[in-house]
Amino acid sequence: MALTPTCRINRHANKELVQEVPPIHAVRLDGPSRTSTKCGATNKQRIHRLARAPRAAAEQTIRTRERNLRKSHWRAGIDRRTLVKSGAALAAVQFASPFVIPARAADAVKIGLDNPLTGTYAAPGKNELVGCQMALDEINGKGGILGRQAELVVEDSTSGDAGVAVQKARKLIDSDKVNFLLGNVNSALSLAMAQVSNEKGVLHIVPGGHTDAVTGSSCHWNVFRVCNTTQMEANAVASALVKEYGKKVYYITPDYAYGHTLESGLVKAIGALGGEKVGGDLTPLGTVDFSSYLIKAQAANPDVILFLIQGDDMVNALKQAVQFGLDKKVHLAGAQQELEALEGLPPEARIGTWVMEWYWNQPGVPHVAEFVEAIKKRTGRPPTARNWFGYVSTWTCALGAEKAKSLKAVDMAKALQDFHLPPEIALGPNPAFYRAGQNQLLATLFVGNAQAKGSVPDDLFKVTKTVSGVEAAGPLEESGCKMTWPT
Amino acid sequence: MLARVADGGAGGEAWRMSQVVLFNVFNGLIVGAFYALMALGLSLILNLSGVINFAHGGFLALGAYLAYTLIPYIGFWGALIVAPPLTALLGLIVERLLIRPLYGQDPLYGLLLTFGLAYIFEDVTRMIWGAQSVPFQVPGWLMTSLSSQYFFLTGYRVFMMIIVAAAVGGLFAVLKYTRLGMRIRAGTRDLDTVSTLGVNVRVLRSLNFGIGIYMAGLAGVLAAGLLGLSPTIGANLIMPSFVAIIVGGLGSLLGTLIGGLMIGVVSGLAAVYFPSATEAVIYVMMGLVLLVRPRGLLGEEGRVH
Amino acid sequence: MSAARAPALNAAVCLLLLFMPFWMSAIGGYTELATRIVVMGLAAMSLNFLLGFTGVLSFGHAAYFGLGAYGAAMAIKYLDAGTIPAIGLGVVIATIAAMIIGALIVRLRGVYFAMVTIAFGQVFYFIAFRWNAVTGGDDGLTGWHRLPIDFGFARLEIFNNDKAFYYFALAIFAICVGAMAKLLDSPFGRSLVAIRENERRARFLGVPIEWHVWLSFVISCLFVSVAGALYALLNNFTDPRALRFDLSGNFVIMAVLGGMRSFWGPLIGAAIFVALQDYVSSHTQNWMSVIGLVFVLVVRFFPRGVLGMLRSGAKA
Repeated sequence: MALTPTCRINRHANKELVQEVPPIHAVRLDGPSRTSTKCGATNKQRIHRLARAPRAAAEQTIRTRERNLRKSHWRAGIDRRTLVKSGAALAAVQFASPFVIPARAADAVKIGLDNPLTGTYAAPGKNELVGCQMALDEINGKGGILGRQAELVVEDSTSGDAGVAVQKARKLIDSDKVNFLLGNVNSALSLAMAQVSNEKGVLHIVPGGHTDAVTGSSCHWNVFRVCNTTQMEANAVASALVKEYGKKVYYITPDYAYGHTLESGLVKAIGALGGEKVGGDLTPLGTVDFSSYLIKAQAANPDVILFLIQGDDMVNALKQAVQFGLDKKVHLAGAQQELEALEGLPPEARIGTWVMEWYWNQPGVPHVAEFVEAIKKRTGRPPTARNWFGYVSTWTCALGAEKAKSLKAVDMAKALQDFHLPPEIALGPNPAFYRAGQNQLLATLFVGNAQAKGSVPDDLFKVTKTVSGVEAAGPLEESGCKMTWPT
Repeated sequence: MLARVADGGAGGEAWRMSQVVLFNVFNGLIVGAFYALMALGLSLILNLSGVINFAHGGFLALGAYLAYTLIPYIGFWGALIVAPPLTALLGLIVERLLIRPLYGQDPLYGLLLTFGLAYIFEDVTRMIWGAQSVPFQVPGWLMTSLSSQYFFLTGYRVFMMIIVAAAVGGLFAVLKYTRLGMRIRAGTRDLDTVSTLGVNVRVLRSLNFGIGIYMAGLAGVLAAGLLGLSPTIGANLIMPSFVAIIVGGLGSLLGTLIGGLMIGVVSGLAAVYFPSATEAVIYVMMGLVLLVRPRGLLGEEGRVH
Repeated sequence: MSAARAPALNAAVCLLLLFMPFWMSAIGGYTELATRIVVMGLAAMSLNFLLGFTGVLSFGHAAYFGLGAYGAAMAIKYLDAGTIPAIGLGVVIATIAAMIIGALIVRLRGVYFAMVTIAFGQVFYFIAFRWNAVTGGDDGLTGWHRLPIDFGFARLEIFNNDKAFYYFALAIFAICVGAMAKLLDSPFGRSLVAIRENERRARFLGVPIEWHVWLSFVISCLFVSVAGALYALLNNFTDPRALRFDLSGNFVIMAVLGGMRSFWGPLIGAAIFVALQDYVSSHTQNWMSVIGLVFVLVVRFFPRGVLGMLRSGAKA
């Protein structure tokens, strides 16, 4: 009998076993016979075994092969049964764990935050969370809300999935029994959540969702908003834009409610000052390449191109515009700007006139410096508007409850009508208050220019003028809010 | 000359329009070349191993972030050279541990596994480098426009075209002239026979996967200079790669290259004429191609079933 | 072992579903979560009609899920339709789309088919995204909510009452699942399984493959759109995310996790997935890693899913 590698002999003997083995095994027909084959022993050993006791050798090889076959299905070396058992145990713990959660103070006042912590809006969402946490610590340090400690229950709404945001809102209200609801960065999600909070009659404060409808056409008695409406932003920045740059405007607008309302607000405000729209483009969220839009913008021969897009889109578009040298041909500006975006831009792209809803470098305004220091301790950077939104929203819950002497949503909502924030919360040159009948906070808007760097590190924005919220907001009737109160 | 000049009436308008179209076509080719780079890596892996690598965008992001981390130490050019192979190394590890057991099984499993990997990559990059966009430093002289008229031809985009051309050319050269390339090509057609002929198919697949991920890493470094660098950078880029492969034809790398370029050009043209359909138009194009020629433009027979 | 053969399992599932709102709250869940499980379970089971029983991988089912959602939402918002007609409209729109797209892609298989389904799904996503005036664009379709259903003799208050809506959704679920079971038991269903097992042989036996695959695709999309319509009603909201391929991926993982080859498997997979996602995302910001890990672990260690494992465990 030829001394062929034993594997081949067994291969013929155990055809059905062999069939199941994937044919990708490296079969080196010309390979050295010393090396160990998949059969679990060196060829030399097998030949010896075969020579001594053919049948036993064959049986042993069959057993080895069976073992290898079983193993080949799960190579990590962990026995599958163990994994299943531990997985099942883990799963059981998951489901049982509501009982295992350390017993919360049964009488704590719960504030539910339903904000994006992942996805495109993770950065502003997390910054708002930091502001909320700081406010919470201050509130608890001062004795809590109506004598009870306050607690923040945080859920990730994701950046765009309304289903999840609504689900989490319901979970916070039904399961966690929060007293107040905060959120969301994404305008659309704020609207969806507002519907839930209104249905359940829970006080809801929107820190940073900008679409006008939240305190406009879709306003509710229980929904308050801290950040500005797009019309307010447009009104604040319009005159600076027209005066500095000219009358012919091209718009690069993000294609969702916030963008549409901001653009129409600007068209109206700039139009009132004699400006005209020479063209525009709607860009979807998450556009990475703006070159075709910029080509069109440039061809329309405007005086200024307004970038209404936000976040990462803003960073991409400005970077590309500066790369194209467009800033030397046309002016680049926009409306809302955020410190997060400026930090993400390369220094040469930090240009243009913008409006910020809150800025940290406010010399001469009391209490701001302490706030800046406190936030710097937490994040290592100066506060952004988002930190301030979260801070104000949480404090509003505490202050509203104090004024109403109750945690009931209706009482608190009534107490918050025309409610003025104390200066250490308002942190701005003008008084800040929630306008009655609209539940919209009117504070201060900061118009200015982005700068590559300022006198202090992280001072990336030079404020040229502040506009009071009242002035920017226009009359109440214009907002379109018709508030109905529960009977 | 350029748009600043006062133009008169219809003649000027038509000229400006054709200029916009022309610019968009050129620009589309540049952007399309980038898509082609990414799609080629994906196609390479798909053809040989039959695995739809959903995590391709994740590898792209990793390559970009690795380059971002390395730039302060070895500069932009150093990062450009070092980051893609590092990413490929990671790809090899992933392939060895996770994907290898899936060969020969239903393509469903490869798809699901890489889908999960994509989630993990996004989360891990967010954990390590933060959710906010980070500024990616490219040498200043690259970042300016080369010509006042063709302002979209920035130094960086031209540089990107050159790199893409070199990478694609290199890839085709490897495939055509080296033994490894020959084995990969043969393996794409009939892997069993190649295995019988004594080629170590496992190693072949690993190397092939590594090359594909190298392309992804390279695309990542290039993308970071072009776009903002954030954890979601890969997620938006993976779909056009799929379309490039489908349009170009499964099994054909040249087809994928053409598919990528077509995507760039078609999107650019759509931006001029149907701005709201800019994204959807590439899928419409795909639908049309499938209707007329189900195996793609340069696809091979027999791949369809 | 295809459609609902084990009476014990059927009875167990029925009982669990009937009383879910009650035992769900007891273990820290909430009624809406239960409804979500039912809706996702229906979607996963519909996908499994195509995936597990016909052996065709579609990674683009979210498109039809979303079309069902948008159809229902638009019917209620623009046409003031009742709940049942709204669901009907959603189903009609999605099914027509499935019929057209199915015809385009029915000759493709395997990896190619999967990629094409993903890509087509994206078309609908972008249409929903861009067609602002009609679909509300990225903000989604808001400003409406589910209305009480008037049966003439009785009025089902499903808007304010979570439990009532749960039972309504459960009823729809039961109807769809019953229909699917019937179809799978029929000769048509048998041919589908034959196609899954060995397509070439089935073709030689005279089974018209393309026609069967197309029909299976359409039926699968029809039921998934019912799930989509229910989802829109559940949230009182719908947005383009309901159309994206990540949702498709979730459906597939639910089917695989529970067991592709069994009838109830996807429902169990959906229950585990939805509950896990809900729980994990409340406790860590890194829930994406956990979900991704679930995908990886399922593929590596439990490719046959929970029910598949239990079954082989029982046999061994």
